[in-house]
Amino acid sequence: MINASLKTLRAALDARQISSVELATLFLDRIQAANPALNAFITVDRDGALAAARAADERIAAGQAGPLTGIPLAHKDLFCTEGVLTTCGSRMLANFVSPYDAHVVAQLKAAGAVCLGKTNMDEFAMGSSNENSWYGPARNPWNTAKVPGGSSGGSAAAVAARLAPIATGTDTGGSVRQPAALTGITGIKPTYGVVSRYGMIAYASSLDQGGAFAASAEDCAPLLSAMAGFDPRDSTSLERPAEDYARLLAAPAGDKPLAGLRIGLPREFFGPGMADDVRAAVEAALAHYRALGAITVDVDLPNARLAIPAYYVIAPAEASSNLSRFDGVRYGHRAAEYGDLNDMYCKSRAEGFGEEVKRRILVGTYVLSHGYYDAYYLQAQKLRRLIAEDFRAAFAQCDLIAGPTSPTTAWGIGEKTDDPVQMYLSDIYTIAVNLAGLPGLSQPCGFGADGLPVGLQLIGDYFSEASLLNAAHRYQQATDWHLRRPEGAA
Amino acid sequence: MSLSNEQVGHVARLARIALTEAETEATRRKLDGIFGLIEQMQAVDTTGVEPMSHPQELATRLREDAVIETDRRAAFQAIAPQTEAGLYLVPKVIE
Repeated sequence: MINASLKTLRAALDARQISSVELATLFLDRIQAANPALNAFITVDRDGALAAARAADERIAAGQAGPLTGIPLAHKDLFCTEGVLTTCGSRMLANFVSPYDAHVVAQLKAAGAVCLGKTNMDEFAMGSSNENSWYGPARNPWNTAKVPGGSSGGSAAAVAARLAPIATGTDTGGSVRQPAALTGITGIKPTYGVVSRYGMIAYASSLDQGGAFAASAEDCAPLLSAMAGFDPRDSTSLERPAEDYARLLAAPAGDKPLAGLRIGLPREFFGPGMADDVRAAVEAALAHYRALGAITVDVDLPNARLAIPAYYVIAPAEASSNLSRFDGVRYGHRAAEYGDLNDMYCKSRAEGFGEEVKRRILVGTYVLSHGYYDAYYLQAQKLRRLIAEDFRAAFAQCDLIAGPTSPTTAWGIGEKTDDPVQMYLSDIYTIAVNLAGLPGLSQPCGFGADGLPVGLQLIGDYFSEASLLNAAHRYQQATDWHLRRPEGAA
Repeated sequence: MSLSNEQVGHVARLARIALTEAETEATRRKLDGIFGLIEQMQAVDTTGVEPMSHPQELATRLREDAVIETDRRAAFQAIAPQTEAGLYLVPKVIE
């Protein structure tokens, strides 16, 4: 059951071969045993999970089960969960028991999914390695001396180690796709606006988007379907009819299930900078896609190289504004000793925020300050337009874009923590997608020289999530990378 | 571009983040690296390019002017550092 697909779990639950309570207990016991080594969870909610599982069992018995009823999952700790600690990986929210549920959390509760707990993450989702967590780094289940990626590192590590079959995450600059790649699982970030941001603690609002983790594309699909949908409480939520993201997956595979699919390969994603072992795995995966009927064409994203500088203006600018709400007045950390009101703000924020969060707030404050706005923020927004237009032009020549998710496999814990710029550059292939607001997916496609997983990134045009999942699924029907498990999770 | 410690201190004051002298110096060095990366943007001529503030260029949605939330003051104040009689307490700001 630990390694079973959602389809198998669904069948077992519906046939009463296992109850939801038994299934939840199985995963809770795994978390208890493995979490001291992995630090994937900040909070484990055994009582809440068992109560939800009992309710799910009643629903199943009454014949009212949906696709996720009774299925255990984990939420990234930036989704607000009513009555359960929601820290966002920060000391600032170390005592924040949310009084309400995020839209995503409410949707999954309504679907009957069973939340096991809240996963570790870089503080306020700012990071690429999970090392910026106040609660210590989550570790990569393939090698616990390595990072699991970030910022949704705990969710990725939890799914990779089979401490949960599925998990939620968020992706502002690659925070679902990159940890999925580094831990050998599948992760999808949908088109901006598809998943409501209500109750998702904000980092950079024009980029933040919820996403789904699972072993396979087939298992990501029902999770994403349950997370997505219009929510009037998020002003950027898109008013679109609900979609079943699994709708293309059931068609028979055949010999050439991807016949005619045009896959664009951006020259800029295959230049120097990609490690040799990543390149070899990605090239082999593309050969496999061609064997499944796809055609690869070269495309250009000439402004993609500007994505990182533009992102490190736009995201900190939005963060400096969003994080001004943490003032020690209404919720979160307040310094024990202070003088006047201003001193209370300054000390509470100095104590509550970690170094990287402070750095990004300072960068954001600077670029928005008087006299610098045009040179930084406005220029970054213009580059954002150029980057989005590059994708538009590329999608005139292809149906989806493929390349590496991360330039290297997982690096060692502590290896890049002294150099923020080196850390930022690890997101070189993922950030442009967020600036454009496009959907992206990462799926496992092999292993590097060090035995660590490599991810293949697929990028689609707006609202092409079902097609992205279908392409990934066809590859997974023909390969077994998504079935490989680290030691202890087999 | 290179920031001075005074500039870092000014920005930290604007952001309401207390920094010690040692932290200011360490922060300045890291910010210099970050701005070195950001400066790459300046090499691009973006004359005539319309800034893009958002991936979906949506008009702000209007809604009925109707009550949609219930009063949950007690629940929301239960998590505040300091409250009294339904009010949030902060150091005195008006003498």
